[in-house]
Amino acid sequence: MSDTHLAGAAGPSSTDEFVKGLWRENPVFVQALGMCPVLAVSNTALNALAMGLATLFVLVMSNAVVSLLRRFIPKQVRIATYILVIATLVTIVDYAIQAISLELYRALGAFISLIVVNCLILGRAESFASKNGMGRSILDGLGMGIGFTVALLALGAVREIFGAGSLFGVQLFHDAFQPWVMMILPSGGFFTLAGWLLLFNWLRARAEISNTATSADALEATP
Amino acid sequence: MYRALVGIGVLCGLAIVTVFEATRSVIARNQAAALERAVFQVLPEAAASVTFGFAGDGFEIVDGEDAADGERVWAGYDADGRLVGLAIETSGMGYQDTIRLLYGYAPERDAVVGIRVLESKETPGLGDKIETDPGFLRNFERLVVALAADGASLAHSIEVVKPGDKTEPWQIDGITGATISSMAIGDMLRRSTEVWIPRLSLHLDDFASARADDAATGATGSEAEDV
Repeated sequence: MSDTHLAGAAGPSSTDEFVKGLWRENPVFVQALGMCPVLAVSNTALNALAMGLATLFVLVMSNAVVSLLRRFIPKQVRIATYILVIATLVTIVDYAIQAISLELYRALGAFISLIVVNCLILGRAESFASKNGMGRSILDGLGMGIGFTVALLALGAVREIFGAGSLFGVQLFHDAFQPWVMMILPSGGFFTLAGWLLLFNWLRARAEISNTATSADALEATP
Repeated sequence: MYRALVGIGVLCGLAIVTVFEATRSVIARNQAAALERAVFQVLPEAAASVTFGFAGDGFEIVDGEDAADGERVWAGYDADGRLVGLAIETSGMGYQDTIRLLYGYAPERDAVVGIRVLESKETPGLGDKIETDPGFLRNFERLVVALAADGASLAHSIEVVKPGDKTEPWQIDGITGATISSMAIGDMLRRSTEVWIPRLSLHLDDFASARADDAATGATGSEAEDV
């Protein structure tokens, strides 16, 4: 993954830290991390958005805290410490969501506490925040979190449109539309995810082919 | 090594306690408001509600949290202070997890007049039709729970039948694709009404007189805000 980005080294620019999570290293479509909430909570666009934002918040905060404490955390207990930090943040989010809206809390239910074991968050803490400064870690968290939210939303929108005939609760089709219930169930999550992965991999393969083609052209042109 | 872990643990603990204390009152208020809204949903004619607790030999006004959950009822009154119905909470095992349900009982019509699911984790798209399916919810606009002649039991227990087979006013049409969830709702209602309807009918006067006292002192009543 991003083990090559070392602190202080003349590595990628700040913009790059932010942008990589959106596309090139998208946590869902490229790294395939955090699949549990991706499959479970993406049955409607609203649930997906709420879950994405909750994860985004926890990810940014945990990256910030881990990066801040990285010099004080002994190597032997670093994973335990990361989990402690993440669990605290998730508990805070849990109470905050209950205070904001009970309806939303009912919809997300058990999955909020499961953010703790979302390997995306622990993965970023271990592979990025523990080696980089606070600013970069926050940018990395923002990028990854937004990439995760967008991916979740992409799944949620497709599943809600086919499975319930609506988007964000707004009815899209005539009453005669027979919802494709399978899409809301877990199996629909797998199919939708597979579809998006297929599209993403196809796009990436095409981009690579055109990249090698242009560099080959450049090589030919130089001598 | 230990010092770092313990130190971070203490800081995290402090952060959680702070947030818990800060949000506790808001969360409690949200829950009370949700229950309050549900009471007015299951008793469409009610304009105000008063919480009662069952004291063994009758009903008394309680202050929200005092009574145990299973022993509380909410009495709904219209604008003139006349008792229009009682809301009762019940719960039972659904397909995934416990379903909590509030239902409204109108003594004058001998019927359940509305239900509202307070909490459920039923399968989205299938089991959660118990909350959204208009055909299913129509069962509860007037579900008869008349008392038998002896006044201690129901003339006919509530029962769930196959979708479209409903012939009697005490039957519930099930939902295709949500058989277990709709059966669970019917079971909960049957068990709860068999206990509560005779008990409530016996003590109906408690609610009528309490409203007069309450209006005089202006004590624990709460008004519907946006019905």
